[in-house]
Amino acid sequence: MHPAPSVIIFTTCSGLGFGLLFFLGLGQPAVTGFVAFVFYVIAYALAVGGLLASTFHLGHPERAWKAFSQWKSSWLSREGICAVAALIVMALYALGAVFLHSHWTVLGWIGALLSLATVFTTSMIYTQLKTVPRWNMNLTPAMFLSFSLAGGALLAGAEALAPWLLAIAGAVQLAYWAQGDGAFARAGTTLGSATGLGDRGNVRAFEPPHTGTNYLLREFVHVVGRKHAQKLRVISLGLAFALPLLLILIPVSGLVVKHIFALLAVLSHLTGVVVSRWLFFAQAEHVVGLYYGKR
Amino acid sequence: MTQLPQSTERKMGLVIDLDTCVGCHACVISCKGWNTENYGVPLSDQDAYGANPSGTFLNRVHSYEVQPAEGPAQLIHFPKSCLHCEDAPCVTVCPTGASYKRVEDGIVLVNESDCIGCGLCAWSCPYGARELDVAEGVMKKCTLCVDRIYNENLPEVDRVPSCVRTCPAGARHFGDLGDPDSDVSKLVAEREGMDLMPEMGTKPVNKYLPPRPKDQIEEQIDILAPLLAPVAEEPKGFLGWLDKTLEKL
Repeated sequence: MHPAPSVIIFTTCSGLGFGLLFFLGLGQPAVTGFVAFVFYVIAYALAVGGLLASTFHLGHPERAWKAFSQWKSSWLSREGICAVAALIVMALYALGAVFLHSHWTVLGWIGALLSLATVFTTSMIYTQLKTVPRWNMNLTPAMFLSFSLAGGALLAGAEALAPWLLAIAGAVQLAYWAQGDGAFARAGTTLGSATGLGDRGNVRAFEPPHTGTNYLLREFVHVVGRKHAQKLRVISLGLAFALPLLLILIPVSGLVVKHIFALLAVLSHLTGVVVSRWLFFAQAEHVVGLYYGKR
Repeated sequence: MTQLPQSTERKMGLVIDLDTCVGCHACVISCKGWNTENYGVPLSDQDAYGANPSGTFLNRVHSYEVQPAEGPAQLIHFPKSCLHCEDAPCVTVCPTGASYKRVEDGIVLVNESDCIGCGLCAWSCPYGARELDVAEGVMKKCTLCVDRIYNENLPEVDRVPSCVRTCPAGARHFGDLGDPDSDVSKLVAEREGMDLMPEMGTKPVNKYLPPRPKDQIEEQIDILAPLLAPVAEEPKGFLGWLDKTLEKL
Protein backbone atom coordinates (compact mmCIF):
# COMPACT_ATOMS: atom_id res chain seq x y z
CA MET A 1 0.00 0.00 0.00
CA HIS A 2 1.11 3.54 -0.70
CA PRO A 3 2.51 4.97 2.55
CA ALA A 4 0.81 8.38 2.33
CA PRO A 5 2.37 10.85 4.80
CA SER A 6 -1.12 12.07 5.79
CA VAL A 7 -2.22 8.68 7.14
CA ILE A 8 1.14 8.00 8.81
CA ILE A 9 1.00 11.36 10.62
CA PHE A 10 -2.67 10.81 11.42
CA THR A 11 -2.37 7.34 12.96
CA THR A 12 0.85 8.19 14.83
CA CYS A 13 -0.19 11.55 16.31
CA SER A 14 -3.82 10.80 17.03
CA GLY A 15 -2.85 7.44 18.57
CA LEU A 16 -0.45 9.22 20.89
CA GLY A 17 -2.89 12.06 21.64
CA PHE A 18 -5.82 9.78 22.46
CA GLY A 19 -3.46 7.63 24.54
CA LEU A 20 -2.61 10.70 26.63
CA LEU A 21 -6.31 11.66 26.86
CA PHE A 22 -7.03 8.12 28.13
CA PHE A 23 -4.62 8.58 31.04
CA LEU A 24 -5.77 12.14 31.72
CA GLY A 25 -9.36 10.91 31.84
CA LEU A 26 -8.37 8.34 34.45
CA GLY A 27 -6.82 11.14 36.49
CA GLN A 28 -3.26 10.10 35.77
CA PRO A 29 -1.62 12.50 36.44
CA ALA A 30 -4.27 14.23 38.58
CA VAL A 31 -3.20 17.69 37.52
CA THR A 32 -5.18 20.92 37.73
CA GLY A 33 -4.76 24.54 36.71
CA PHE A 34 -1.93 25.59 34.41
CA VAL A 35 -0.15 22.21 34.47
CA ALA A 36 -3.38 20.52 33.40
CA PHE A 37 -3.75 23.15 30.67
CA VAL A 38 -0.32 22.25 29.25
CA PHE A 39 -1.17 18.53 29.31
CA TYR A 40 -4.46 19.08 27.48
CA VAL A 41 -2.86 21.36 24.89
CA ILE A 42 -0.36 18.62 24.06
CA ALA A 43 -3.07 15.94 23.94
CA TYR A 44 -5.43 18.01 21.77
CA ALA A 45 -2.62 19.19 19.47
CA LEU A 46 -1.69 15.57 18.77
CA ALA A 47 -5.23 14.17 18.52
CA VAL A 48 -6.78 17.02 16.51
CA GLY A 49 -3.62 17.58 14.46
CA GLY A 50 -3.66 13.92 13.48
CA LEU A 51 -7.34 14.02 12.57
CA LEU A 52 -6.82 17.13 10.44
CA ALA A 53 -3.88 15.46 8.67
CA SER A 54 -6.16 12.56 7.79
CA THR A 55 -8.44 14.89 5.83
CA PHE A 56 -5.53 15.91 3.55
CA HIS A 57 -5.82 12.74 1.50
CA LEU A 58 -9.55 13.19 0.89
CA GLY A 59 -10.75 14.17 -2.56
CA HIS A 60 -13.46 16.36 -1.02
CA PRO A 61 -12.55 17.38 2.57
CA GLU A 62 -15.46 19.88 2.61
CA ARG A 63 -17.91 16.95 2.66
CA ALA A 64 -16.10 15.19 5.54
CA TRP A 65 -19.05 15.88 7.89
CA LYS A 66 -21.11 13.38 5.89
CA ALA A 67 -18.81 10.65 7.23
CA PHE A 68 -20.66 10.66 10.58
CA SER A 69 -23.77 9.11 9.07
CA GLN A 70 -22.92 5.45 8.36
CA TRP A 71 -21.93 4.19 11.81
CA LYS A 72 -24.13 1.11 11.37
CA SER A 73 -21.78 -0.45 8.83
CA SER A 74 -18.64 1.64 8.43
CA TRP A 75 -15.64 1.61 10.79
CA LEU A 76 -14.44 4.89 9.31
CA SER A 77 -17.75 6.48 10.25
CA ARG A 78 -17.58 4.97 13.76
CA GLU A 79 -14.08 6.35 14.14
CA GLY A 80 -15.25 9.85 13.28
CA ILE A 81 -18.06 9.66 15.82
CA CYS A 82 -15.84 8.22 18.57
CA ALA A 83 -13.17 10.84 17.93
CA VAL A 84 -15.57 13.78 18.13
CA ALA A 85 -17.34 12.31 21.19
CA ALA A 86 -14.02 11.70 22.95
CA LEU A 87 -12.80 15.21 22.19
CA ILE A 88 -16.03 16.83 23.44
CA VAL A 89 -16.25 14.77 26.65
CA MET A 90 -12.59 15.26 27.44
CA ALA A 91 -12.89 19.00 26.72
CA LEU A 92 -15.60 19.23 29.43
CA TYR A 93 -13.42 17.19 31.79
CA ALA A 94 -10.47 19.47 30.98
CA LEU A 95 -12.57 22.57 31.78
CA GLY A 96 -13.16 21.15 35.24
CA ALA A 97 -9.48 20.34 35.78
CA VAL A 98 -8.05 23.58 34.39
CA PHE A 99 -10.50 26.21 35.64
CA LEU A 100 -12.42 24.66 38.53
CA HIS A 101 -9.62 22.52 39.98
CA SER A 102 -11.96 19.57 40.15
CA HIS A 103 -11.97 16.12 38.57
CA TRP A 104 -15.36 14.86 37.45
CA THR A 105 -14.43 11.20 37.77
CA VAL A 106 -17.26 9.55 35.85
CA LEU A 107 -16.96 12.02 32.97
CA GLY A 108 -13.22 11.29 32.89
CA TRP A 109 -13.83 7.57 32.69
CA ILE A 110 -16.29 8.01 29.82
CA GLY A 111 -13.76 10.24 28.05
CA ALA A 112 -10.99 7.68 28.63
CA LEU A 113 -13.15 4.90 27.24
CA LEU A 114 -14.11 6.97 24.19
CA SER A 115 -10.43 7.83 23.59
CA LEU A 116 -9.52 4.17 23.60
CA ALA A 117 -12.54 3.39 21.40
CA THR A 118 -11.26 5.97 18.89
CA VAL A 119 -7.92 4.18 18.61
CA PHE A 120 -9.71 0.84 18.33
CA THR A 121 -12.03 2.06 15.56
CA THR A 122 -9.02 3.51 13.69
CA SER A 123 -7.34 0.10 13.81
CA MET A 124 -10.53 -1.63 12.62
CA ILE A 125 -10.53 0.45 9.42
CA TYR A 126 -7.42 -1.52 8.46
CA THR A 127 -8.22 -4.78 10.24
CA GLN A 128 -11.54 -5.24 8.41
CA LEU A 129 -9.87 -5.34 4.98
CA LYS A 130 -9.67 -8.94 3.76
CA THR A 131 -7.93 -7.56 0.69
CA VAL A 132 -4.80 -6.77 2.74
CA PRO A 133 -4.00 -10.01 4.62
CA ARG A 134 -1.21 -8.36 6.62
CA TRP A 135 -3.80 -6.01 8.19
CA ASN A 136 -6.62 -8.55 8.45
CA MET A 137 -5.32 -9.94 11.77
CA ASN A 138 -6.30 -9.69 15.45
CA LEU A 139 -2.85 -8.32 16.17
CA THR A 140 -3.59 -5.13 14.22
CA PRO A 141 -5.96 -3.64 16.85
CA ALA A 142 -3.68 -5.08 19.55
CA MET A 143 -0.80 -3.15 18.02
CA PHE A 144 -2.67 0.14 17.67
CA LEU A 145 -4.03 -0.07 21.23
CA SER A 146 -0.74 -1.12 22.85
CA PHE A 147 1.16 1.62 20.99
CA SER A 148 -1.39 4.22 22.03
CA LEU A 149 -1.33 3.13 25.68
CA ALA A 150 2.50 2.99 25.79
CA GLY A 151 2.83 6.42 24.18
CA GLY A 152 0.07 7.85 26.37
CA ALA A 153 1.73 6.52 29.53
CA LEU A 154 5.04 8.00 28.42
CA LEU A 155 3.48 11.42 27.82
CA ALA A 156 1.41 11.27 31.01
CA GLY A 157 4.54 10.50 33.01
CA ALA A 158 3.01 7.33 34.41
CA GLU A 159 6.33 6.10 35.76
CA ALA A 160 5.08 2.82 37.15
CA LEU A 161 3.08 1.76 34.10
CA ALA A 162 5.09 3.19 31.20
CA PRO A 163 7.98 0.65 31.25
CA TRP A 164 5.53 -2.27 31.27
CA LEU A 165 3.35 -0.79 28.54
CA LEU A 166 6.41 -0.03 26.37
CA ALA A 167 7.63 -3.61 26.78
CA ILE A 168 4.20 -5.01 25.93
CA ALA A 169 3.88 -2.77 22.86
CA GLY A 170 7.33 -3.87 21.70
CA ALA A 171 6.36 -7.52 22.10
CA VAL A 172 3.08 -6.98 20.20
CA GLN A 173 5.04 -5.25 17.44
CA LEU A 174 7.38 -8.26 17.11
CA ALA A 175 4.44 -10.68 17.09
CA TYR A 176 2.67 -8.54 14.46
CA TRP A 177 5.68 -8.68 12.16
CA ALA A 178 6.16 -12.42 12.71
CA GLN A 179 2.51 -13.20 11.93
CA GLY A 180 2.20 -10.59 9.19
CA ASP A 181 5.10 -11.93 7.12
CA GLY A 182 3.20 -15.13 6.31
CA ALA A 183 -0.27 -13.60 6.18
CA PHE A 184 -0.51 -13.19 2.41
CA ALA A 185 0.47 -16.81 1.74
CA ARG A 186 -1.91 -18.06 4.45
CA ALA A 187 -4.81 -16.10 2.99
CA GLY A 188 -4.49 -18.39 -0.03
CA THR A 189 -5.29 -15.82 -2.70
CA THR A 190 -3.16 -16.36 -5.76
CA LEU A 191 -3.22 -15.29 -9.41
CA GLY A 192 -4.84 -18.70 -9.93
CA SER A 193 -7.83 -17.90 -7.69
CA ALA A 194 -7.92 -14.28 -8.88
CA THR A 195 -8.40 -15.35 -12.49
CA GLY A 196 -10.15 -18.67 -11.81
CA LEU A 197 -7.60 -20.27 -14.13
CA GLY A 198 -5.35 -21.79 -11.46
CA ASP A 199 -6.55 -25.38 -11.88
CA ARG A 200 -5.59 -25.36 -15.57
CA GLY A 201 -1.91 -24.69 -15.00
CA ASN A 202 0.58 -22.08 -13.92
CA VAL A 203 -0.88 -18.60 -14.50
CA ARG A 204 1.48 -15.77 -15.43
CA ALA A 205 0.65 -12.13 -16.08
CA PHE A 206 1.55 -11.86 -19.74
CA GLU A 207 0.57 -8.34 -20.67
CA PRO A 208 -0.79 -5.55 -18.46
CA PRO A 209 -3.98 -3.73 -19.52
CA HIS A 210 -2.15 -0.43 -19.90
CA THR A 211 1.41 0.68 -20.60
CA GLY A 212 1.46 3.50 -18.06
CA THR A 213 0.55 3.50 -14.41
CA ASN A 214 -2.88 4.04 -12.85
CA TYR A 215 -4.63 4.71 -9.53
CA LEU A 216 -4.55 1.04 -8.55
CA LEU A 217 -0.81 0.68 -9.08
CA ARG A 218 -0.03 3.95 -7.31
CA GLU A 219 -2.27 3.18 -4.34
CA PHE A 220 -1.96 -0.58 -3.85
CA VAL A 221 1.20 -1.83 -5.47
CA HIS A 222 3.87 0.13 -3.57
CA VAL A 223 7.13 -1.81 -3.67
CA VAL A 224 9.72 0.92 -3.08
CA GLY A 225 11.81 0.58 0.07
CA ARG A 226 10.90 -3.00 0.90
CA LYS A 227 14.54 -4.03 0.66
CA HIS A 228 15.35 -1.99 3.77
CA ALA A 229 12.44 -3.39 5.73
CA GLN A 230 14.51 -5.45 8.17
CA LYS A 231 16.84 -2.54 8.98
CA LEU A 232 13.87 -0.23 9.45
CA ARG A 233 12.26 -2.75 11.79
CA VAL A 234 15.33 -2.71 14.02
CA ILE A 235 15.45 1.11 13.93
CA SER A 236 11.74 1.32 14.72
CA LEU A 237 11.92 -1.11 17.62
CA GLY A 238 14.98 0.64 19.05
CA LEU A 239 13.55 4.17 18.81
CA ALA A 240 9.94 3.40 19.74
CA PHE A 241 10.54 1.11 22.73
CA ALA A 242 14.15 0.24 23.66
CA LEU A 243 15.57 3.78 23.87
CA PRO A 244 12.55 5.29 25.71
CA LEU A 245 12.63 2.37 28.13
CA LEU A 246 16.30 3.06 28.81
CA LEU A 247 15.72 6.81 29.18
CA ILE A 248 12.95 6.48 31.75
CA LEU A 249 14.59 3.67 33.71
CA ILE A 250 17.95 5.43 34.19
CA PRO A 251 17.89 6.90 37.69
CA VAL A 252 18.55 10.64 37.46
CA SER A 253 18.53 13.39 40.03
CA GLY A 254 16.99 16.78 39.44
CA LEU A 255 13.65 17.71 37.93
CA VAL A 256 15.14 19.43 34.87
CA VAL A 257 17.28 16.44 33.84
CA LYS A 258 14.33 14.16 34.40
CA HIS A 259 12.11 16.26 32.16
CA ILE A 260 14.78 16.42 29.46
CA PHE A 261 15.10 12.64 29.55
CA ALA A 262 11.31 12.27 29.42
CA LEU A 263 11.15 14.64 26.43
CA LEU A 264 13.87 12.66 24.64
CA ALA A 265 11.98 9.44 25.40
CA VAL A 266 8.78 10.87 23.90
CA LEU A 267 10.54 12.18 20.76
CA SER A 268 12.34 8.88 20.28
CA HIS A 269 9.07 6.97 20.74
CA LEU A 270 7.27 9.24 18.25
CA THR A 271 10.00 8.77 15.62
CA GLY A 272 10.02 5.01 16.14
CA VAL A 273 6.25 4.78 15.77
CA VAL A 274 6.42 6.85 12.55
CA VAL A 275 8.91 4.32 11.14
CA SER A 276 6.70 1.43 12.27
CA ARG A 277 3.65 3.04 10.63
CA TRP A 278 5.57 3.63 7.41
CA LEU A 279 6.34 -0.09 7.37
CA PHE A 280 2.72 -0.86 8.27
CA PHE A 281 1.64 0.71 4.98
CA ALA A 282 4.66 0.10 2.75
CA GLN A 283 4.82 -3.61 3.55
CA ALA A 284 1.08 -4.24 3.27
CA GLU A 285 0.31 -6.20 0.12
CA HIS A 286 -3.11 -5.71 -1.50
CA VAL A 287 -4.44 -8.73 -3.41
CA VAL A 288 -5.19 -6.57 -6.47
CA GLY A 289 -1.43 -6.59 -7.15
CA LEU A 290 -1.89 -10.22 -8.21
CA TYR A 291 -3.79 -9.13 -11.32
CA TYR A 292 -0.73 -7.11 -12.32
CA GLY A 293 1.68 -9.96 -11.57
CA LYS A 294 3.18 -7.90 -8.76
CA ARG A 295 2.87 -10.30 -5.83
CA MET B 1 -27.36 3.81 3.17
CA THR B 2 -24.26 1.67 3.05
CA GLN B 3 -25.88 -1.32 4.65
CA LEU B 4 -26.36 -3.99 2.02
CA PRO B 5 -29.89 -5.02 1.10
CA GLN B 6 -30.92 -8.47 2.40
CA SER B 7 -31.73 -9.48 -1.16
CA THR B 8 -32.24 -7.77 -4.46
CA GLU B 9 -35.21 -8.21 -6.79
CA ARG B 10 -32.92 -8.94 -9.70
CA LYS B 11 -29.20 -9.56 -10.03
CA MET B 12 -28.21 -7.74 -13.17
CA GLY B 13 -24.68 -8.48 -14.27
CA LEU B 14 -22.28 -9.57 -16.94
CA VAL B 15 -21.11 -12.95 -18.12
CA ILE B 16 -17.67 -12.78 -19.71
CA ASP B 17 -16.55 -15.55 -22.00
CA LEU B 18 -12.80 -16.06 -21.65
CA ASP B 19 -12.93 -18.55 -24.51
CA THR B 20 -14.22 -15.98 -26.97
CA CYS B 21 -12.50 -12.78 -25.87
CA VAL B 22 -9.83 -11.84 -28.40
CA GLY B 23 -8.31 -9.07 -26.29
CA CYS B 24 -9.10 -6.22 -28.68
CA HIS B 25 -9.85 -3.72 -25.87
CA ALA B 26 -12.89 -2.38 -27.77
CA CYS B 27 -14.97 -2.75 -24.58
CA VAL B 28 -12.39 -0.61 -22.72
CA ILE B 29 -12.67 2.19 -25.25
CA SER B 30 -16.46 2.09 -25.60
CA CYS B 31 -16.81 2.07 -21.81
CA LYS B 32 -14.57 5.09 -21.47
CA GLY B 33 -16.39 6.84 -24.31
CA TRP B 34 -19.88 6.29 -22.94
CA ASN B 35 -19.11 6.88 -19.30
CA THR B 36 -16.95 9.95 -19.72
CA GLU B 37 -19.90 11.89 -21.12
CA ASN B 38 -22.90 10.40 -19.33
CA TYR B 39 -23.57 9.32 -15.70
CA GLY B 40 -21.46 11.28 -13.21
CA VAL B 41 -18.26 13.23 -13.65
CA PRO B 42 -16.02 12.54 -16.67
CA LEU B 43 -13.31 9.89 -16.59
CA SER B 44 -10.27 12.15 -16.67
CA ASP B 45 -6.83 11.52 -18.10
CA GLN B 46 -3.60 13.02 -16.85
CA ASP B 47 -0.73 13.77 -19.22
CA ALA B 48 -2.66 11.92 -21.93
CA TYR B 49 -0.23 12.76 -24.74
CA GLY B 50 2.90 13.15 -22.60
CA ALA B 51 5.56 10.84 -21.27
CA ASN B 52 3.55 9.40 -18.37
CA PRO B 53 -0.07 9.04 -19.43
CA SER B 54 -2.56 7.73 -16.88
CA GLY B 55 -6.30 7.93 -16.52
CA THR B 56 -9.50 6.61 -15.03
CA PHE B 57 -11.03 3.52 -16.61
CA LEU B 58 -13.94 1.38 -15.41
CA ASN B 59 -12.99 -1.65 -17.46
CA ARG B 60 -9.54 -2.99 -18.26
CA VAL B 61 -8.34 -6.05 -20.18
CA HIS B 62 -5.45 -8.06 -18.75
CA SER B 63 -3.75 -10.91 -20.61
CA TYR B 64 -2.53 -14.05 -18.87
CA GLU B 65 -0.48 -17.01 -19.99
CA VAL B 66 -1.54 -20.36 -18.59
CA GLN B 67 1.05 -23.11 -18.79
CA PRO B 68 -0.49 -26.54 -18.16
CA ALA B 69 1.63 -29.41 -16.82
CA GLU B 70 1.69 -30.84 -20.34
CA GLY B 71 1.06 -29.27 -23.69
CA PRO B 72 1.45 -25.76 -25.04
CA ALA B 73 0.75 -22.60 -23.06
CA GLN B 74 -2.52 -20.78 -23.62
CA LEU B 75 -2.98 -17.01 -23.82
CA ILE B 76 -6.16 -15.79 -22.15
CA HIS B 77 -7.48 -12.25 -22.43
CA PHE B 78 -9.20 -11.20 -19.27
CA PRO B 79 -11.56 -8.19 -19.15
CA LYS B 80 -12.15 -6.97 -15.61
CA SER B 81 -14.68 -4.48 -14.30
CA CYS B 82 -16.96 -4.22 -11.24
CA LEU B 83 -18.54 -7.60 -10.44
CA HIS B 84 -21.52 -6.01 -8.61
CA CYS B 85 -20.97 -8.39 -5.65
CA GLU B 86 -23.86 -9.53 -3.48
CA ASP B 87 -21.69 -9.04 -0.39
CA ALA B 88 -19.95 -5.95 -1.68
CA PRO B 89 -17.32 -4.85 0.87
CA CYS B 90 -16.97 -1.52 -0.95
CA VAL B 91 -20.52 -0.59 0.08
CA THR B 92 -20.33 -1.33 3.81
CA VAL B 93 -17.00 0.46 4.37
CA CYS B 94 -18.25 3.74 2.92
CA PRO B 95 -18.52 6.33 5.72
CA THR B 96 -20.86 8.74 3.95
CA GLY B 97 -23.46 6.52 2.33
CA ALA B 98 -22.24 7.48 -1.14
CA SER B 99 -21.68 3.83 -2.06
CA TYR B 100 -24.82 1.75 -2.32
CA LYS B 101 -26.31 -1.40 -3.81
CA ARG B 102 -29.69 -1.00 -5.47
CA VAL B 103 -32.53 -3.20 -4.22
CA GLU B 104 -34.29 -3.32 -7.59
CA ASP B 105 -31.46 -4.68 -9.71
CA GLY B 106 -28.40 -5.18 -7.49
CA ILE B 107 -26.28 -2.60 -9.29
CA VAL B 108 -23.55 -1.09 -7.09
CA LEU B 109 -23.35 2.66 -7.60
CA VAL B 110 -21.63 5.74 -6.17
CA ASN B 111 -23.57 8.89 -5.42
CA GLU B 112 -20.80 11.25 -6.41
CA SER B 113 -22.18 14.29 -4.58
CA ASP B 114 -21.80 12.40 -1.28
CA CYS B 115 -18.37 10.89 -2.03
CA ILE B 116 -15.51 12.41 0.00
CA GLY B 117 -12.87 10.56 -2.01
CA CYS B 118 -11.36 8.75 0.99
CA GLY B 119 -10.56 5.75 -1.18
CA LEU B 120 -11.53 3.16 1.44
CA CYS B 121 -13.98 1.42 -0.93
CA ALA B 122 -11.18 0.91 -3.44
CA TRP B 123 -9.02 -0.49 -0.64
CA SER B 124 -11.74 -2.99 0.22
CA CYS B 125 -12.29 -4.19 -3.37
CA PRO B 126 -10.15 -7.25 -4.19
CA TYR B 127 -10.71 -6.81 -7.92
CA GLY B 128 -9.42 -3.29 -8.45
CA ALA B 129 -12.81 -2.31 -9.82
CA ARG B 130 -12.84 1.19 -8.36
CA GLU B 131 -10.59 4.05 -9.34
CA LEU B 132 -10.43 7.48 -7.76
CA ASP B 133 -10.61 10.15 -10.44
CA VAL B 134 -7.64 12.45 -9.93
CA ALA B 135 -9.30 15.51 -11.49
CA GLU B 136 -12.62 15.28 -9.62
CA GLY B 137 -11.54 13.60 -6.38
CA VAL B 138 -14.45 11.16 -6.39
CA MET B 139 -14.62 7.39 -6.79
CA LYS B 140 -15.55 6.03 -10.22
CA LYS B 141 -16.79 2.56 -10.99
CA CYS B 142 -18.79 0.55 -13.50
CA THR B 143 -22.47 1.53 -13.37
CA LEU B 144 -23.51 -1.38 -15.58
CA CYS B 145 -24.47 1.52 -17.86
CA VAL B 146 -27.48 2.27 -15.70
CA ASP B 147 -28.13 5.20 -18.03
CA ARG B 148 -28.39 2.92 -21.07
CA ILE B 149 -30.16 -0.23 -19.91
CA TYR B 150 -33.40 1.54 -18.89
CA ASN B 151 -33.10 4.39 -21.41
CA GLU B 152 -36.19 4.44 -23.59
CA ASN B 153 -34.67 7.14 -25.80
CA LEU B 154 -32.30 4.51 -27.15
CA PRO B 155 -33.28 1.80 -29.66
CA GLU B 156 -33.98 -1.45 -27.82
CA VAL B 157 -30.88 -3.12 -29.20
CA ASP B 158 -28.73 -0.48 -27.49
CA ARG B 159 -30.25 -0.96 -24.03
CA VAL B 160 -27.34 -3.05 -22.82
CA PRO B 161 -24.03 -1.93 -21.27
CA SER B 162 -21.76 -0.22 -23.75
CA CYS B 163 -19.07 -2.92 -23.45
CA VAL B 164 -21.60 -5.66 -24.29
CA ARG B 165 -22.98 -3.71 -27.27
CA THR B 166 -19.48 -3.09 -28.60
CA CYS B 167 -17.80 -6.49 -28.19
CA PRO B 168 -17.10 -7.71 -31.75
CA ALA B 169 -16.50 -11.28 -30.58
CA GLY B 170 -19.71 -11.70 -28.58
CA ALA B 171 -17.65 -12.43 -25.47
CA ARG B 172 -19.80 -10.31 -23.14
CA HIS B 173 -23.37 -11.07 -22.12
CA PHE B 174 -25.77 -9.03 -20.00
CA GLY B 175 -28.81 -10.19 -18.07
CA ASP B 176 -30.44 -11.18 -14.78
CA LEU B 177 -28.25 -13.72 -13.02
CA GLY B 178 -30.83 -14.04 -10.26
CA ASP B 179 -33.32 -15.62 -12.66
CA PRO B 180 -32.32 -19.27 -13.31
CA ASP B 181 -34.23 -19.25 -16.60
CA SER B 182 -32.49 -16.23 -18.09
CA ASP B 183 -30.14 -16.68 -21.03
CA VAL B 184 -27.12 -15.63 -18.98
CA SER B 185 -27.97 -18.05 -16.15
CA LYS B 186 -28.36 -20.90 -18.64
CA LEU B 187 -25.02 -19.97 -20.19
CA VAL B 188 -23.35 -20.00 -16.78
CA ALA B 189 -24.88 -23.38 -15.94
CA GLU B 190 -23.89 -24.90 -19.29
CA ARG B 191 -20.32 -23.59 -19.35
CA GLU B 192 -19.64 -23.88 -15.60
CA GLY B 193 -19.23 -20.15 -15.06
CA MET B 194 -16.93 -19.23 -12.19
CA ASP B 195 -16.41 -16.59 -9.50
CA LEU B 196 -13.18 -14.62 -9.15
CA MET B 197 -11.48 -14.93 -5.74
CA PRO B 198 -14.33 -16.90 -4.14
CA GLU B 199 -12.27 -17.06 -0.92
CA MET B 200 -12.88 -13.33 -0.41
CA GLY B 201 -16.55 -14.06 0.30
CA THR B 202 -17.79 -11.23 -1.91
CA LYS B 203 -20.23 -13.40 -3.87
CA PRO B 204 -19.73 -11.68 -7.25
CA VAL B 205 -22.76 -11.45 -9.54
CA ASN B 206 -20.64 -11.29 -12.71
CA LYS B 207 -19.46 -14.69 -13.86
CA TYR B 208 -16.54 -15.76 -16.06
CA LEU B 209 -16.83 -18.63 -18.52
CA PRO B 210 -13.59 -20.64 -18.55
CA PRO B 211 -11.74 -21.16 -21.83
CA ARG B 212 -12.55 -24.43 -23.60
CA PRO B 213 -9.66 -26.92 -23.75
CA LYS B 214 -7.43 -26.50 -26.77
CA ASP B 215 -6.92 -29.19 -29.41
CA GLN B 216 -3.85 -31.29 -28.66
CA ILE B 217 -1.25 -32.05 -31.32
CA GLU B 218 -1.11 -35.83 -31.77
CA GLU B 219 2.26 -37.56 -31.35
CA GLN B 220 1.97 -39.29 -34.76
CA ILE B 221 0.17 -37.32 -37.39
CA ASP B 222 0.22 -39.97 -40.18
CA ILE B 223 0.91 -43.68 -40.27
CA LEU B 224 3.16 -43.08 -43.27
CA ALA B 225 5.19 -40.45 -41.48
CA PRO B 226 8.07 -42.77 -40.50
CA LEU B 227 8.53 -43.66 -44.18
CA LEU B 228 8.81 -40.00 -45.06
CA ALA B 229 11.93 -39.44 -42.96
CA PRO B 230 14.74 -37.58 -44.77
CA VAL B 231 16.74 -39.96 -46.95
CA ALA B 232 20.02 -38.16 -47.62
CA GLU B 233 21.45 -36.91 -44.32
CA GLU B 234 25.05 -36.38 -45.54
CA PRO B 235 25.77 -34.53 -48.78
CA LYS B 236 27.41 -36.69 -51.43
CA GLY B 237 29.19 -36.17 -54.77
CA PHE B 238 30.27 -32.64 -55.65
CA LEU B 239 28.44 -31.11 -52.68
CA GLY B 240 30.09 -33.65 -50.37
CA TRP B 241 33.54 -32.77 -51.75
CA LEU B 242 32.75 -29.05 -51.38
CA ASP B 243 31.58 -29.55 -47.83
CA LYS B 244 34.78 -31.43 -46.87
CA THR B 245 37.04 -28.95 -48.65
CA LEU B 246 35.42 -25.96 -46.99
CA GLU B 247 35.64 -27.75 -43.66
CA LYS B 248 39.42 -28.13 -44.07
CA LEU B 249 40.03 -24.47 -44.83
